[in-house]
Amino acid sequence: MSVINLKVNGRSHTLDVDPATPLLYILSDDLELRGPKFGCGLGQCGACTVIVKGQAVRSCMTPVSAATGSEITTLEGLGTVNKPHAIQKAFIDEQAMQCGFCINGVIMTAKAFLDRNPKASGAQIQQAMSGVLCRCHAHIRIFRAINRYMQEVKS
Amino acid sequence: MKPLYMLKALTPDASAALEKAGISRRNFIKGSGALIVGFGMARLTGGLAAFQRLDGAGSNQLDSWIAIAADGSVTAYTGKCELGHGLYTAQTQLIAEELSVPLDRVKLIQCDTALTPDQGTTSGAQSHPTNFNQNNLALAGASAREALIQRAATRLGVSVDQLAVKDGVVSAKTDPSKKVSYGELIGGRSFGISLNPKAKRKHPTEWTVLGKPIPRIEIPAMAAGQFEYVHNVRVPGMLHGQVVRPPAVGAALVSVDEKSVLGMPGVVKVVVKKNFVGVVAEKPWQAIQAAAKLKATWTPGSGLPAHGSFHEYLRNQKPARDTFLVNSKDVDEKLAGAVKVVKATYMYPYQMHGSIGSSCAVADVQGDRATIWSPTQAVYPLRNTAAMVLGLRPENVRVIFRMGSGCYGINGADTVSYDAALLSQAAGRPVRVQLTRKDEMAWENYGLAFVIDQRAGLNAGETIVCWDHESWSPTLGGRPGATNPGNVVTGFLAGFEPAAFAARTPAPDPANFGNNNNAVPSYVTGCVGGRCGGTGTVASQRVMTHDVKSPFWTGPLRSPARLQNTFAHESFMDEIAAHVKADTVEYRLRHLSDPRLIEVVKSAAKAANWDSRPSPRPGIRKTGIAAGRGIACVLYEGDNGYCAGVAEVEVHQDTGAIAVKRLVIANDCGPISNPDGLRNQLEGGALHGVSRTLLEEVTWDDQKVTSIDWRTYRPLAVGADVPKIETVLLNRPDVPATGAGETAVTVVAAAIANAVFDATGARVRQVPITPERVKAALAARQL
Repeated sequence: MSVINLKVNGRSHTLDVDPATPLLYILSDDLELRGPKFGCGLGQCGACTVIVKGQAVRSCMTPVSAATGSEITTLEGLGTVNKPHAIQKAFIDEQAMQCGFCINGVIMTAKAFLDRNPKASGAQIQQAMSGVLCRCHAHIRIFRAINRYMQEVKS
Repeated sequence: MKPLYMLKALTPDASAALEKAGISRRNFIKGSGALIVGFGMARLTGGLAAFQRLDGAGSNQLDSWIAIAADGSVTAYTGKCELGHGLYTAQTQLIAEELSVPLDRVKLIQCDTALTPDQGTTSGAQSHPTNFNQNNLALAGASAREALIQRAATRLGVSVDQLAVKDGVVSAKTDPSKKVSYGELIGGRSFGISLNPKAKRKHPTEWTVLGKPIPRIEIPAMAAGQFEYVHNVRVPGMLHGQVVRPPAVGAALVSVDEKSVLGMPGVVKVVVKKNFVGVVAEKPWQAIQAAAKLKATWTPGSGLPAHGSFHEYLRNQKPARDTFLVNSKDVDEKLAGAVKVVKATYMYPYQMHGSIGSSCAVADVQGDRATIWSPTQAVYPLRNTAAMVLGLRPENVRVIFRMGSGCYGINGADTVSYDAALLSQAAGRPVRVQLTRKDEMAWENYGLAFVIDQRAGLNAGETIVCWDHESWSPTLGGRPGATNPGNVVTGFLAGFEPAAFAARTPAPDPANFGNNNNAVPSYVTGCVGGRCGGTGTVASQRVMTHDVKSPFWTGPLRSPARLQNTFAHESFMDEIAAHVKADTVEYRLRHLSDPRLIEVVKSAAKAANWDSRPSPRPGIRKTGIAAGRGIACVLYEGDNGYCAGVAEVEVHQDTGAIAVKRLVIANDCGPISNPDGLRNQLEGGALHGVSRTLLEEVTWDDQKVTSIDWRTYRPLAVGADVPKIETVLLNRPDVPATGAGETAVTVVAAAIANAVFDATGARVRQVPITPERVKAALAARQL
């Protein structure tokens, strides 16, 4: 165990944890955040995605020690139910989910990519989403929501 | 007397709702000793069989369904849970509509054995038939409205027919100053009456809330990362568990070396019960590491049949359970006299639910009592079987539904609930378990593999005169129901046998017509004992099914057996139409009799601008990209929702790859509760169908399942190329509501296979339709 400092959604936390622990467990268990989720623990589905230094990171495969000192943003760090971020609002407006379990990975992956590539083509966005799974298969609405968000960012 | 334990376990939502409703459920059960007893008077008389029912026997007491607070707000209680399909919102709409109150004044409490009526299992596309017709939740809403109007009539001195309700206020039509609110009429008090079977539901043409595209209530919280899934349930003092499953199918535990992990940080306990092994630790990561390090010795596995020849293996399995669904006893004679006989065999693999989030549950077992937070589809049945696993009395177990990852049938929800319960019982503290990806995938109850033989005889007019269907499908376990915890892996490992395989040969004659599994094709009359329940015109018919023993756990997966049978029927119908060079839509219509099924076929074809001609398309080249279209249809479960789908595909003939370009889905589920929710289900179901048709297949070696992650079981990723999907909703206000969550997925496989044939002249009769299988069919085609 060792003392670790984490900055999550603008707040600092000091935790005494095994530094090899994957970041996901610190976020979802120690900090009780509900955005990042355990889907596979193998970096294959995206459900655990958080944004670190502007990059979408699979928190289930990232030791917490590798995330110290960086600003970590989770889904709840983007916006709230009453004041959702534009990308969250786009997903709400398009009703772009069913069970919603995958949507953390979908939104965080798309946001990190679009922040860096605001003019990305449809094919590039598809490529960026190729490691994300949605087993309810809400794919059509997910892309509708991403397009809506891109339009709103443009205007 | 110890009701406090149960009250303590009330969730914040439930407590708030009770408080808001101004009515404590304790009032029902003062002095009875446990909150759980309170609701069940109607249930208790039903006996165990009631647990197995899907029709929502529920309760005939209005107070079991609806409570109204002094401020007029409404709390409704349902035994049908949200699984990601929009049912929570639709049921909230239903209550708002029937009671004429605004949507935001209704709070729905779902699936909790201490609070809600026993409605069995939320499954089988039965929630709409159960709760949206003249019974259960819908009837409770109508009964409550009529009872309140009756009370208002007395209070105001105005006759019932002169009263109207708006926003929870009853007023005289001619003198609006004469009015009284629901809160004033009953707030905080119980109705004390039964459901009124004659209560008049609002006609769909009067609906202002139901039938509208109301946004899903949970979605804002989901999008903001605030929604509480079962995975987020936290209980004071909670530990984390992991299970250690056998290394091979059929392996039994020899020994466990507890010392191999007991020094590890955070490890609290190693738990062994027969072949069930698990570890409990303070933190989730500690539990995962300990489970990986635990030294357990197992016997060798029992060996598995070869994957490559599994369908032949099925066909030869004995003993079998043989069933005739229909048997007109003239099929052999008609086949012998037919001008042409068409034959084909279709194969379908085991597929998995493969939930995106592995299954999770939290259990708190203290002495002779237990509380389990579970994503189960079946809170009451689980209460019973968890009690069996724990050795407790069912009435001392409370199961509280918390939504999990989408399940599409029986994923790991029930088994992980037993895992958490067993570990909590051993540790004496609350325990949360979320399965690893491998534990979820290697041991879930897979969707059924099938091999299906079809034969049809044609007359000189090229009309089908007889249809012969014979199938083999493996089963083991399934939903635990009220009495079979051994139907899922944890119950089995803990010492319970799966439900006994009831061999039966020869099959008896059918007593009644039933087509729950769509084993009977849509094109036969379905006549049994002089009564005809089919949707087609072919009178000479024989449908024989053989259930055989499965080496793996099996259970319902979205459209269980119905998808597999429909793939075979609708592919075969296409083959026959091609054989006689008829347009496949026209040929279907020629053999259908049910007007609603005819209508969805016509609607899908029309919306797709169906190009009427025989398949395959004229002028096929043997190389390059070939395009084609196919259709398939179904009356789901023989009586539970009509659907037809058109697929347009491109086949890359050099690689065998299929690109599905467009899907048109026409659906008729009676009166539509929420058109946007319905479209979401149809779109998702259709793409789920594409994934299962093209990609998904469980694999194994001679000892164990080898589909254990998303590299070894590959579904359609979010970034994959997907077709355009168009949905055609046929709204029918004057018929009963039916299911809609499993219709679209049922028709996609055959529609794609038929489109591939139309494009190329190559027939693929095995799912998944992989590039290798397409290339083999291309090589074998005769153009």
